[in-house]
Amino acid sequence: MFPLLGTLVVAFGYRSLPGRSAGWIGTGTIFLAFLAAVGALLEIQGLAPAHRQVASSLWSYASTAGVDAQMSILVDPLSVFMILIVSGVSALIHLYSISYMDEDRGFARYFAYLNFFVFSMLLLVLAGNFLLLIVGWAFVGAASYLLISFWYRRTTATKAGIKAFVINVVGDAGLVLGTYFIFKHTGTLEFLRAFHAAGAGAFGHTPAGGPAGDGDLVAGCMLLLVGAFAKSAQIPLHTWLPDAMEGPTPVSALIHAATMVTAGVYLIARMHPLFELAPAAQDVGAIAGATTLLIAGTIGLAQTDIKRVIAYSTMSQIGYMIMGVSVGAYAAGLFHLMTHAFFKALLFMAAGSLIGAMAGEQSLDRMGGFRKAMPFTYGCFIVGGLALSGIPPFSGFFSKDDILLVTGERGGWHWGLYAAGYIGALLTAIYTFRMIFRAFHGAPVGEARELEQGHLHHAAVPTNPATGEEEDTDVGFPGPYHTIAERALPMRIAMGVLALGAIGAGLVQIPKVDFVIDDFLRPSFASSKLYEPHTRNGLLVSGLVLGTLLGLAGIAIAYRVWVARPGSAAVVRARLRPVYELFVNKWYFDEAIEKLVVRPAAAAGRFAQSTFERVFVQDTLIGGTTGLVRAGSAAVRAAQSGFVRYYAALLVLGVTGVGFYFLLQS
Amino acid sequence: MSIAWYLAVSAIVFALGALGVITRRNPLVVLLCLELMLNGANLALVAFSRMWGNGDGQILALVVMTVAACEVCIGLGMIVAIYRRRLPIDVDELRELQG
Repeated sequence: MFPLLGTLVVAFGYRSLPGRSAGWIGTGTIFLAFLAAVGALLEIQGLAPAHRQVASSLWSYASTAGVDAQMSILVDPLSVFMILIVSGVSALIHLYSISYMDEDRGFARYFAYLNFFVFSMLLLVLAGNFLLLIVGWAFVGAASYLLISFWYRRTTATKAGIKAFVINVVGDAGLVLGTYFIFKHTGTLEFLRAFHAAGAGAFGHTPAGGPAGDGDLVAGCMLLLVGAFAKSAQIPLHTWLPDAMEGPTPVSALIHAATMVTAGVYLIARMHPLFELAPAAQDVGAIAGATTLLIAGTIGLAQTDIKRVIAYSTMSQIGYMIMGVSVGAYAAGLFHLMTHAFFKALLFMAAGSLIGAMAGEQSLDRMGGFRKAMPFTYGCFIVGGLALSGIPPFSGFFSKDDILLVTGERGGWHWGLYAAGYIGALLTAIYTFRMIFRAFHGAPVGEARELEQGHLHHAAVPTNPATGEEEDTDVGFPGPYHTIAERALPMRIAMGVLALGAIGAGLVQIPKVDFVIDDFLRPSFASSKLYEPHTRNGLLVSGLVLGTLLGLAGIAIAYRVWVARPGSAAVVRARLRPVYELFVNKWYFDEAIEKLVVRPAAAAGRFAQSTFERVFVQDTLIGGTTGLVRAGSAAVRAAQSGFVRYYAALLVLGVTGVGFYFLLQS
Repeated sequence: MSIAWYLAVSAIVFALGALGVITRRNPLVVLLCLELMLNGANLALVAFSRMWGNGDGQILALVVMTVAACEVCIGLGMIVAIYRRRLPIDVDELRELQG
């Protein structure tokens, strides 16, 4: 299989090489993987639609009583769709990184990690059974940890990495336990067989005789959702994502915007035959998605760190996707996944270029007026921002409205989700253009003016943008010089391609015109009852119009507040002080988790340490054993007097004693 | 002549040797007493060999003599080494190996 070949190529690329060659090798292998993915696409298009699910088993990993753990991959339209996005965006971001990380001392290490990540992600989306899925899932988490903590001498970065890893492990545990529930009833780890068994009634039957889900299935799906939420940064397991912005910017673009965080969306879409039997789990997913998109949008309004604004925007957009795939809008959710990968990666790359121009500074408060100095970055930001805000004909417009349309079609309380989605769209437009206007409009700051005269600003003393601590530029910290897109061809190529994607990707699926994504993914969702073409045209038109109007309104509000009347932001802030405080403090999620989970866990740990560890383990088990051995050895040592005659006498006496004993016995 | 006489002499020689090993402090005498013990055992072996009418015991006695020769070699060598390093020629004083 081509994708397997590509994955192996990537796996072989995972090694450290001296010099800049590591970057080109890394990029090349990912590009080969992308070509292999295109090959798989062509191959799968050549098959009849009914036969487009190809499960291939490489070898049997472990086959014990009742467990069929094989190294099997599943190639169907859904996984091909995912590997196309993953390998395509990854190839571009690798290309971008060659310039962006050029001055960094950990260049080869960076590309080794990045290739490892792509390998894991491809493993995740190609996995044909739960076992391989869990392996890929955990690998991806590990790669994310390595890359967030890439600048490992920066305390904030290592802390963020630990946080991300811990929360991801919570998700892993959910995934493993959910798999157990499903395995218990279906008796197989293979996806297709498990779905078939569930469809045949492994989880009980409805009174009419059709398949139904019982409590175990709901529990299993809920646990899978925990895994999806942790990976996709949905409330309440989202707090790691903004902190993950401590990693290098291309990492944020690749892992924490375009690919890894969408794994949860992929998981729900992949498990759709199970989720459709457990509507309760679907509802939880949809509500969590809607909540996340609203809360993340409001937080995005108040943050000042440019990367964090984009991070909250990512959470919000993934909220849309999770909501979409949870209400049955699978194609729409995955379509949004694709367009989001394009425009969000583009926004992050542009932000990286901007941060380069600011010599590592990330605060929006210190930026301004870069419009003339960085025309290319500005253009990319505008394209990404328009796509994110859902302005036609940019890509985000079609995908976001597609999700909301299907949500609206479900009727009932889904109208609440529909409304939440449109409120979220308004918030999206406001925070996106707040960011753009603050960074690029207004009076040029010193760095912008220097750049207009052709001089790129470099910090005299490198500092940590989060805390202001001084740093050096040796390994473990960012390199001494920063790069901007205007001066690096690889960055320009990568951003240009993504900008084209952000503009044009929406055209593959225009309502009532073409349904490329719908048709392509149909074989993967053949068993789904909810996978239907759109019917309610009235809703379609009103939705599209509403989406456009809200997007434009959001931009207008942002323009009015941050450009036309520069002082008005402060007025609004002063008037709505409690709300503003809430948003700036991210709805106090960090504090709540600290109080509710971290502190009790730490207290329990201390208690266990003082009682079990000290008294039981140390004093009784360890102390008792050593005491015993010490006393015994003291007794034996006393006998070792060194008097040879004494030993001889003992020997004679002992032998005589034994002799007498046997004499008396006989 | 009954075998008991031979065995009695053998036991007496062995016991005298053991007593010497335990009571004497001069390593040279201790070695001599060890030889005495080995020869007591040899006597018993040869006596049994004669009783059964085959040569097994005598062969074993020859082996014991070989071992005794080796032992004396090493023992005397050690005593000479102790003497040349001007250490006391007394097994009770040589007790550095105590626990």
